[in-house]
Amino acid sequence: MKRLLILGAGTAGTMAANKLRRRLHPDEWRLSVVDQSETHFYQPGYLFIPFGRYRPDEVSRPSRRLLRDDVDLIHGEIALVEPDHNRVLLTDGRALAYDYLVIATGTTPRPDQTPGMADGRLWRSSVFDFYTYDGAVALASALGDFRGGRMVVHVVDMPIKCPVAPLEFTFLADAYFRECGIRDDVELVYVTPLPGAFTKPIASHRLGSMLEERKIVLETDFMVESVDPDTKTLVSYDEREIPFDLLVTVPLNMGADYVAKSGLGNELNYVAVDKHTMLSKQFPNIFAIGDANDLPASKAGSVAHFSVEVFADNFVRYVGGKPMLRRFDGHANCFVESGAGKGLLIDFNYDTEPLPGRYPLPWLGPCRLLAESPVNHWGKLAFRWIYWHVLLPGLPVPLPSHLTMAGKHPEE
Amino acid sequence: MSTTMIGGREVHVDEEGFLTQYDEWDEDLAKQLAALIGVDLTDRHWTAIRFLRRDYRSQGETATLRRAAQLCGIPIKELFQLFPKKPAKKMAYIAGLPKPHGCV
Ligand SMILES: Cc1cc2nc3c(=O)[nH]c(=O)nc-3n(C[C@H](O)[C@H](O)[C@H](O)COP(=O)(O)OP(=O)(O)OC[C@H]3O[C@@H](n4cnc5c(N)ncnc54)[C@H](O)[C@@H]3O)c2cc1C
Repeated sequence: MKRLLILGAGTAGTMAANKLRRRLHPDEWRLSVVDQSETHFYQPGYLFIPFGRYRPDEVSRPSRRLLRDDVDLIHGEIALVEPDHNRVLLTDGRALAYDYLVIATGTTPRPDQTPGMADGRLWRSSVFDFYTYDGAVALASALGDFRGGRMVVHVVDMPIKCPVAPLEFTFLADAYFRECGIRDDVELVYVTPLPGAFTKPIASHRLGSMLEERKIVLETDFMVESVDPDTKTLVSYDEREIPFDLLVTVPLNMGADYVAKSGLGNELNYVAVDKHTMLSKQFPNIFAIGDANDLPASKAGSVAHFSVEVFADNFVRYVGGKPMLRRFDGHANCFVESGAGKGLLIDFNYDTEPLPGRYPLPWLGPCRLLAESPVNHWGKLAFRWIYWHVLLPGLPVPLPSHLTMAGKHPEE
Repeated sequence: MSTTMIGGREVHVDEEGFLTQYDEWDEDLAKQLAALIGVDLTDRHWTAIRFLRRDYRSQGETATLRRAAQLCGIPIKELFQLFPKKPAKKMAYIAGLPKPHGCV
């Protein structure tokens, strides 16, 4: 009996387990998934919690119910992978042997990596993150009490998961303060280490003007060195200072510490993989999927989804001794909430930046790319249902996993 | 892609002036490039630049600031002093490497 061990029952691990369980013979393969949490969180929902738009219980489900019954779920925290012994150690001392290992432990915000950020005087009283469930819930009550002042939305460094989320948060905050009638009493500032609002030029330009239209100040090329708890300021390496009354930050995102301890990680604990197959560059029986790897693509659920389709097909061939035929192209597509019931949609890959146009059907849409429309907002909300009922069970989604140029306008 | 003359030599560069051919660079050229952006090269600068060259050769892409700081042992703060304002870009420029895209 061979054993496939998947580390992490998040978006990528759950999809991969459910897809592969159907395709690997139960008499030949045992399939186990390890996670430290017994609850699976729908992370895109964290964006809406601070504004009271989702109840906290709408974004979580017991992990066990999301996995097929014939997949074992092991509850425990991973301490170390020993690739030379094909073995994983858990912090409670258990050892799990594997023939093939899939690392899917994602990426986590790490406020401890910026001096002063996690200081007890500030953390979750005037400094918040919305990249964790607890952070999003705490921020909801802080926003409820906020009567005006200077709110700074901030990104420590790239890459972060869902790179559009901090912009979406800013747009939603702008709309929220308008609804509460206090927008004039709030100074909104968006602080980024990037040279513009977003990474890719056309989208960066479009999103940058959306900030301007909303009178949100954009502070670029800001590499934070520390947060000063006495003066409540962000301080950069080149000695710029940005004071705040309320700071909503996206702390440094890092892969799990065991990845680095096991000698499998880069400077941010991401596993080096081939960018088309997600096979480890070091070990022929280790793959890393989802946010845990070092693909030069966005860290996003949509990337996890498109790449797991490619991975699952390849894996079945690979363990049968056949060459892997499919190549992942970095395809990502993200809805971007822009406030007041509207949103944008962006669709891109390793080689093609987000362009204007229509999706998924050329000319017809119904979604407009890189332009605001209510359909995109409804798409984003509908996505939660699709996530629980179609994506996680690993059911086929009628969208191509690779990027298509049909309906896109490079020169608009 | 176009070419330009630096220190009496013709090299391939992109629109922003970053060298595009790894092998067209040598340490003499680095001195010229540094002078063009007003950086006086000290031993500390060279540590960073040589690291970036080696790392590019093994990784196929330009190291981010965080990676450079961690792997060549020069703190980010100091890299900001050595290459003021935009250290990641300036280091790559002097090392004759593509601008670090770093982030998607
Ligand atoms: C605020 C926010 C908004 C987002 N919005 C979008 C969006 O609109 N669209 C989109 O496509 N994506 C979005 N994302 C990104 C998306 O949620 C992630 O990219 C996706 O969940 C990645 O899946 P993953 O399986 O790689 O990691 P995760 O889903 O994070 O799963 C990792 C799992 O590993 C477990 N784990 C980690 N370390 C250990 C350990 N040492 N031992 C045991 N278990 C461990 C964790 O408990 C977790 O269950 C958003 C993310 C956030 C935070």
